[in-house]
Amino acid sequence: MTSQKTASSQTFPAGSDAFPHRHLLGIAGLHPWEILFLLEEAKQWVDLNRKSSKHANKLDGLTVINAFFENSTRTLLSFEIAGKRMGADVVNMHAAQSSIKKGETLIDTAVTLNAMKADAIVIRHGSSGAVQLIADKVDCPVLNAGDGRHEHPTQALLDALTIQRRKGEISGLTVTICGDVMHSRVARSNIYCLTTLGAKVRVCAPPSLIPADLDRFNVEVFTNFDEALKGSDVVMMLRLQSERMNGDFIPSPREYHYLYGLTRERLMLANEDALVMHPGPMNRGVEIDSDVADDLDHSAITEQVEMGVAVRMACLDILTRKSRGVEGWS
Amino acid sequence: MKKIFTNARLVLPNEEQPQDGSLIVEGDRFASADDANNDEGGETIDCKGRLLAPGIVDLGVFAIDKPAFRFGGVTRAALMPDQAPVLDLPAMIKHNAVEGKPDLWSHPIAAATKGLEGKQLAEIGLMQRSGAKAVATGRQWIADSGIMLRLLQYCKSLDLPLIVHSEDAGLTAGAVATNGETATRLGLASATAAAEAVAIARDIALVRETGAHVHFRQVTTADGVGLIRAAKSDQLPVTCGITPAHLLLSDIAISDFRTFARLSPPLRSEENRLACVEAVKDGTIDVISSGHDPRGPEDKRLPFAEAAPGMAGAETLLALSFTLVRDEVISIGRLFELLSGNPAKILGVEAGLLQAGYEADFILIDEDAPWQVDTRKMAAAAGNTPFDGLPVQGRVTAIYKGGRAY
Repeated sequence: MTSQKTASSQTFPAGSDAFPHRHLLGIAGLHPWEILFLLEEAKQWVDLNRKSSKHANKLDGLTVINAFFENSTRTLLSFEIAGKRMGADVVNMHAAQSSIKKGETLIDTAVTLNAMKADAIVIRHGSSGAVQLIADKVDCPVLNAGDGRHEHPTQALLDALTIQRRKGEISGLTVTICGDVMHSRVARSNIYCLTTLGAKVRVCAPPSLIPADLDRFNVEVFTNFDEALKGSDVVMMLRLQSERMNGDFIPSPREYHYLYGLTRERLMLANEDALVMHPGPMNRGVEIDSDVADDLDHSAITEQVEMGVAVRMACLDILTRKSRGVEGWS
Repeated sequence: MKKIFTNARLVLPNEEQPQDGSLIVEGDRFASADDANNDEGGETIDCKGRLLAPGIVDLGVFAIDKPAFRFGGVTRAALMPDQAPVLDLPAMIKHNAVEGKPDLWSHPIAAATKGLEGKQLAEIGLMQRSGAKAVATGRQWIADSGIMLRLLQYCKSLDLPLIVHSEDAGLTAGAVATNGETATRLGLASATAAAEAVAIARDIALVRETGAHVHFRQVTTADGVGLIRAAKSDQLPVTCGITPAHLLLSDIAISDFRTFARLSPPLRSEENRLACVEAVKDGTIDVISSGHDPRGPEDKRLPFAEAAPGMAGAETLLALSFTLVRDEVISIGRLFELLSGNPAKILGVEAGLLQAGYEADFILIDEDAPWQVDTRKMAAAAGNTPFDGLPVQGRVTAIYKGGRAY
């Protein structure tokens, strides 16, 4: 572990220069070395999480609030575990139980959370830009755990870490992202992250679910999944929300499966050692078949979940370094 | 009671450039120019070489906001029916018609349908009797073409213009921005700009059918102005307007989730913006209005998609429109056709021109006076302007309504 820390400090500028941001609101605008620094820092926590005693005390005495204005099980759990393993006191706030339902504005909620003197706030909200709005009003670092269709930066980081561990260098890989790109914050953050790190990114979706001007994001856009798969090193499937399946955007789940489902046969079109990923929760039999999802030679889906905790531990650590007075992070 | 305004640069009808001269006011009306030689009696006011222009007739505001109108040189404002409650009954028209008097005249616009729901015709004949000068569909399009046809037949028989909002609701459902790189980057629900042309094309077809006068309140796309240009060349009774925001800003202005730049219709691409500037230049666009809609933090300090659309525009209307003169897009004479003459003509009121017999509504302007737009220092009820921080030129130094200074 110590040797890894040395390695990271050799690779990146010392102290806060390695990551000079107060919040983590998105991947857009981050430099490649900043992303690589976050990934490098996360590796030590992967190792720790595999030990029987998984406790670090870096965040002892600090309070982390997970404010989730949109339902979530996995991401909330992942952030909660990450905070607790770092030694912080973690408090979860669910929208369903909060005064949001009583008509309080988001700004008032932000001011309230701030008055409780949190040391970091993790926010998920259903509206694009909402997390930034809160971040502008509070004194502590804010981590975006997903805002509307805008960004989900820790998902992109955990995906990058997963790819890095399974494939080595990300630069030069061909990554195909397939699914409901229009409504996906995961797709947006991954497009920024992977293109910044030098991957060739292909995006494939039904024409009704491709956002406008996507070709200006340094990606290749496909509507034919078979074409998109040819030569892919990584296949990243997106979740199709059930409310989109009823005929507004796509005719039916079975037609979607026919055109865009990742089946064993389709996977053969990609490179032999292609990696299969999915941010979860999966609609088995719709966007991905079970025998592909469960094939450990290809599928990295459970590993993604594991990397998620490590990446979030690293983010909590790095963003609180200044307030903890870590040397060089003033 | 006679007043003579001397040493002014007059913005006269059908003159591109201001003319040095004097202006005579008898009571609340302009007197004929012949009387200028006969300056016996009366009070003389030296305008010190200032520009003297007709008061702005702001066609389509969402609030009667007198401090903002006074700052901006607005002497008449046509109030949109999108109020709470909706202006769909004669009594509400009557009530709102006296709202700003005497220094500001408000022309409440009758709701076309009950509750602006687009389903049942409102009592527009009775509302006309109560003072309504126009009818409007409000912030939304009437999706049912059958209702729209009957509405236009009705407006035609009453000789009332119908002011419409041009966005096909099926295409814009849920959208808060125009399709494009900016909306995609921000992850905002967006709609194709073609929603405007779709709506305009249908309405033009129904104008052809009925002969009613339709005013497209805000035209913001190249295809939209193209359709109106063609309809005008076919001699159809259509007119259209725009706001300075759509002439000066493109959708990049919503970057960083700036809710002050959330408008309806939303800001468009740069290509569309340039097409609109061209349409102002070639005469396709008839009106520039503010769309004045002051919104406080409770409506604007929200996530972008949850914020209310609209901007406080009355006090920046003149200064921003003046940039078109400075950029040599239009002359000063044409500017006041857009701001005053044409909107008054659409409403059918004898105002908006420095012409004998017309209501003596006018403003004195120092067109070079520099100032800076500042959301914290606005005269308006709220400072929601997307032009915060912009240095502008042109300021109203005096405002006269019906010949009296206010």
